[in-house]
Amino acid sequence: MAEPILRLEGLCKSYGGLDVTDHVDLEVAPSGVHAVIGPNGAGKTTLINQICGLVAPDAGRIVFAGHDVTHRPVHARARLGLARSFQITSILPAFSTLENVALAVQAHAGSSFRLFGRADREEVLNGPAYAALVEVGLGERAHVPAGSLSHGEKRALEIAIALAMDPKLLLLDEPMAGTGREETERLVHLLQGLKTRLPMVLVEHDMTAVFELADHVSVLIYGRILASGPPEAIRADRQVIAAYLGEGE
Amino acid sequence: MPLLLFIALAVVPPLASMAGQAHVTGLFARGMIFALAALGLDLLVGYGALVSFGHAAFVGLGAYTVAILGAHGIHDAAVVVPVAVVAAAAFAAATGAISLRTRGVYFIMITLAFGQMAFFTASSLAPYGGDDGLTVSTRTTLFGYAPLGRDVALYYVIFAVLACAYGLMRFLVASRFGRVFRAAKENPVRVAALGFDVYRFQLAAYMVSGVVGALAGVLLANATEFVSPAYMSWRRSGELIIMVLLGGMGSLHGAIIGALAFLLLEEWLAGVTEHWKIIFGPLLVVVVLFARGGLVGIGAALARRWWRG
Repeated sequence: MAEPILRLEGLCKSYGGLDVTDHVDLEVAPSGVHAVIGPNGAGKTTLINQICGLVAPDAGRIVFAGHDVTHRPVHARARLGLARSFQITSILPAFSTLENVALAVQAHAGSSFRLFGRADREEVLNGPAYAALVEVGLGERAHVPAGSLSHGEKRALEIAIALAMDPKLLLLDEPMAGTGREETERLVHLLQGLKTRLPMVLVEHDMTAVFELADHVSVLIYGRILASGPPEAIRADRQVIAAYLGEGE
Repeated sequence: MPLLLFIALAVVPPLASMAGQAHVTGLFARGMIFALAALGLDLLVGYGALVSFGHAAFVGLGAYTVAILGAHGIHDAAVVVPVAVVAAAAFAAATGAISLRTRGVYFIMITLAFGQMAFFTASSLAPYGGDDGLTVSTRTTLFGYAPLGRDVALYYVIFAVLACAYGLMRFLVASRFGRVFRAAKENPVRVAALGFDVYRFQLAAYMVSGVVGALAGVLLANATEFVSPAYMSWRRSGELIIMVLLGGMGSLHGAIIGALAFLLLEEWLAGVTEHWKIIFGPLLVVVVLFARGGLVGIGAALARRWWRG
């Protein structure tokens, strides 16, 4: 296996007496989709938050793109190429859809300590931003306030924002959460098109989507990695079936 | 609307002298000075959701720069203005660096604490009048020339500074920098996840806002020819916030309208009854409660109605 893009070593986090992340070791390959599944309360979002820097781990190391980022703030990790979407949609509702993405382009397009010139008229920012919107199918919604988008469109916008950051790794925290069947299919299709271009960590409840997309699956239960391997192996794993997948799946 | 506002302000002195009400010019001059300070505060409150409750400290810092340098025989703007700007920027950098690590109520409280520190420091400056303050014997000059000697000249200097500051602020909020700052108001977590160090942007805006406040202070000392610790009191800071809310925050010209409306209302009501605060207080509550966009919001709503016929 090639040098992993992301490596977690002995990561621990507990709240009070509860071990939310319990000695997690994880390696994410530099290509493909690595899904993290597990029941509610397994610590999936806490894990994502530690990777992106919103939550500080109690122990362990996080190595991203060759840098030890364990103690670096959120924005520094983003600058190294770590992009994420949020479980609860996190956009700028009063900004236009295009400006939401243009801001992401701006983040890696040189100085933002520029005090003059109207940022919303800059073609160097708007061009790539519009391209990212077209890619996720939001081209026609570029000039409406992002707050007025439908739920599914907001999820697509989050992906456009992440793409516009030109990241080395994309963390997707339940991108299908709360979307209808049709929208889920659209998102799966979209992510399938993207997975050849950049590696992703996908936290998701929708098992159909996970097994359609994932090249590698890790199962997280009570903060611990119960099993990790290719999707077929996970689907057949007795322990996993007993603890999580259950019978109907 | 902003253009009309500035045209109206430009014609105040000739109209006032024609009407034989020269003191009105002085009232509007004071109004524009507070408008300048409120304009700076609107950047923080309206565009950054950073409610600074110690903003009068910056105004006081500017005013005391004029008075203290004046006491040592230095009256020239070429020295006074840079000293005031650097002092305000340094004070903003030091206090902002600490305050901006907190949010919400804590931010309000800590900026209030810094404001009070400045107030008590000024009160204890025994060589410079202590509690009583001190008079400014000579208005600020420019390269030895005394253009501010006449009140009308001072009025237009204040007008010009306010207009320039307004223009610069307009540019600032629309710029790349301003966009990051505005975005951080809406969703700081998202903005950090994009790779922006939100703290640095907020600190820079805090410094800009403080410097604008200090410029207002320099003008205030010239207009009143007197400085005192009262300029830095928490009541002044509160009044500045009220001016921003009254006019309508996050629009820039709203801060100017708010400051002028505040002073004119205060002047008018004080002429009607000595218990004017009993009317003034509830009036402010009504505007803040029922017109979230302030006077600018009311104006826009009326204009919409009028257009529809």
